[in-house]
Amino acid sequence: MNAHTDNIAQYNFAYLDEQTKRMIRRAILKAIAIPGYQVPFASREMPMPYGWGTGGVQVTASVIGTDDVLKVIDQGADDTTNAVSIRAFFQKVANVDVTTHTADATIIQTRHRIPEEPLKAGQVLVYQVPIPEPLRFLEPRETETRKMHALEEYGLMHVKLYEDIAQHGHIATTFAYPVKVEGRYVMDPSPTPKFDNPKMHMSKALQLFGAGREKRIYAVPPYTRVESLDFEDHPFEIQTFDEPCALCGGTNVYLDEVVLDDRGGRMFVCSDTDNCEARRASGHRGHLSGEEAATI
Amino acid sequence: MTDEPLLRVRSISKFYGNRIGCNDISFDLWPGEVLAVVGESGSGKTTLLNCLSTRLLPTSGTVSYRMRYGAFHDLYRMSEAERRFLMRTDWGFVHQNPSDGLRMTVSAGANVGERLMAVGQRHYGDIRASATDWLGRVEISEDRIDDQPRAFSGGMRQRLQIARNLVTGPRLVFMDEPTGGLDVSVQARLLDLLRGLVHELGLSAIVVTHDLAVARLLSHRMIVMKDGHVVESGLTDRVLDDPQAPYTQLLVSSILQV
Repeated sequence: MNAHTDNIAQYNFAYLDEQTKRMIRRAILKAIAIPGYQVPFASREMPMPYGWGTGGVQVTASVIGTDDVLKVIDQGADDTTNAVSIRAFFQKVANVDVTTHTADATIIQTRHRIPEEPLKAGQVLVYQVPIPEPLRFLEPRETETRKMHALEEYGLMHVKLYEDIAQHGHIATTFAYPVKVEGRYVMDPSPTPKFDNPKMHMSKALQLFGAGREKRIYAVPPYTRVESLDFEDHPFEIQTFDEPCALCGGTNVYLDEVVLDDRGGRMFVCSDTDNCEARRASGHRGHLSGEEAATI
Repeated sequence: MTDEPLLRVRSISKFYGNRIGCNDISFDLWPGEVLAVVGESGSGKTTLLNCLSTRLLPTSGTVSYRMRYGAFHDLYRMSEAERRFLMRTDWGFVHQNPSDGLRMTVSAGANVGERLMAVGQRHYGDIRASATDWLGRVEISEDRIDDQPRAFSGGMRQRLQIARNLVTGPRLVFMDEPTGGLDVSVQARLLDLLRGLVHELGLSAIVVTHDLAVARLLSHRMIVMKDGHVVESGLTDRVLDDPQAPYTQLLVSSILQV
C-alpha cells in the first residue's frame, strides 16, 4: 500500500482508506463512461462540514497521486478560507505540491468557477456540488426525477426557463444553468456562473463533479459536447460586463463587484485571482491598480 | 369515423389482498364517447379509473388502446417510456383536487405549456401563444397568465387543469370527480365548458362521479358500480329514466328534489 510514512503515519495517503478510494474510483469510472449521469456512491464523513466541499474533497482524494500538483479555488480565488483550508488539508494528508497557477496544476478543485485560462489535456477539474439534481426544485421526488433522467423526459427543465422569461423578460438564471451533456443527460454544472458554461463544451480537461451530502458523482470526459438549454427565440447568453477589471484591465473575464465605501463606491475585479495576478505581472493595469502601467 | 373502439377493456379485476377493488369489468369506449362511472363512495370507481389510466396495475384483465396509427396496444405490456409518452400526449387526467394535477409553484402559462415543452417545443413565443389561447378557451382572462395557480379560485384551478390536459390535443381524457369540491354555480359553468370542449374536440372521456346530474349532463353512456361490480350499464338517459337494477333504482330515487 502507499501509506505515507514520513510524518503523517496516522493517516492513509490522502486521508481516505484504500477501499473507499477504490469505491469512489469505480463511481468515477462509471460517471466518465456515462457523461452527465449521476452515479450514487457511499459518501464518507470528512473532517469538514457539509457544504465545504466534502464531495469534491473525496473525489480529489481518490484521484490524487504523489506527483500531482493541486490548486484549489473558491469563487475563483486561491486565498479564501475554503480554498486555503482544503489546500492545507491535502498538503497535510497527501504531502503533495500545491500551486496557485492554473497552468502548473494537474488537479484543480473548484468551488463554483472555471479558471479563465483554458485548461489543458491531462488536467482534472474537480467541482464541489451542493445539489446535483437539476430538476430538484421543480420535481422534489427523487424517484420521479431518476425516472425522468432514464426516459429522457426533460420538458420540465424548460418550464423553469419559461418561468424566467415570463417573469423577467429574459432567462434570468445566472448560475447552475442547466446543460445537456453529449446530447443525452441534463446536468447541473454546480453553481458556477453561466459565464463558465461555454468553457465546459469540448473542454480538453477531465471534469469531475462530487456531491458529498447528496452522495452523487458525475463527470464530463474531455472533448464532450456540453450545450446550455435555451429557447429558439431566447438563445443562451453569458453575462457581459460594462467595464474591465479595475486591477488588471482584463475584459471578457468574470468580474466580482466589491463595495468600497458606504457612499456607493464600488469596483469590479477579476474573480479569478490567479489570472488577474498573472496579467498584472506581465504589465497590464486597471484604473484602480494604484500604479501606472509598467513599460515591460 | 371508424368502426373500431378507442379503448377495449376486458375483465379488469383489482384485488387489495382479499378485498375487492373492482371485479371483472369489461366494456368498449368509442371515439367521441363520454362514459360516466357512477356509484357510491367505496364502490371501486376510482380503482377502475386508475387501472384504466395505468396509474395502477390490475390483478388481472387487459386494456387495449387504439393508437393514432390504428393498431391496438395492450397498455400493461407497453414499455414505461411509451406509456408515459401516451399519458402526456394522447391522454389527459383531470384530478378531483386541482393541486394534484397542477404545478402550484409555476405560473398558469407554464402549467399549460409544460406538455408542449415535454413533446419538444422550444419556441417561447409559440408556447406562450398556445397557452394564451387555451386560457381563453377555459375562460381565464389573459392577464392571469403569469399568476401562480395558488392565486386562483377553486373553479379557475379546475379550468386551468383542464386546459393543461387538453393543450396537446389528447383523444382520451380521464376525469376523477371533476366537479368535486366546487359550489353549484361554478359546477354548472364548468360542466357547460366541459360539454362544449368535449363536443368541439371530439374527445372521448371516462368520467368518474358520484353525482348523477354530472353524469346526465356530460355522458352518453354510464356504468353503475357497487362493491366493485357493475350492477347496470347502458345509455345514460335510459339508466336514469328507467333504472332496472334495484341498486340503481335506489340511487336514482335518492336524488334530492328541490
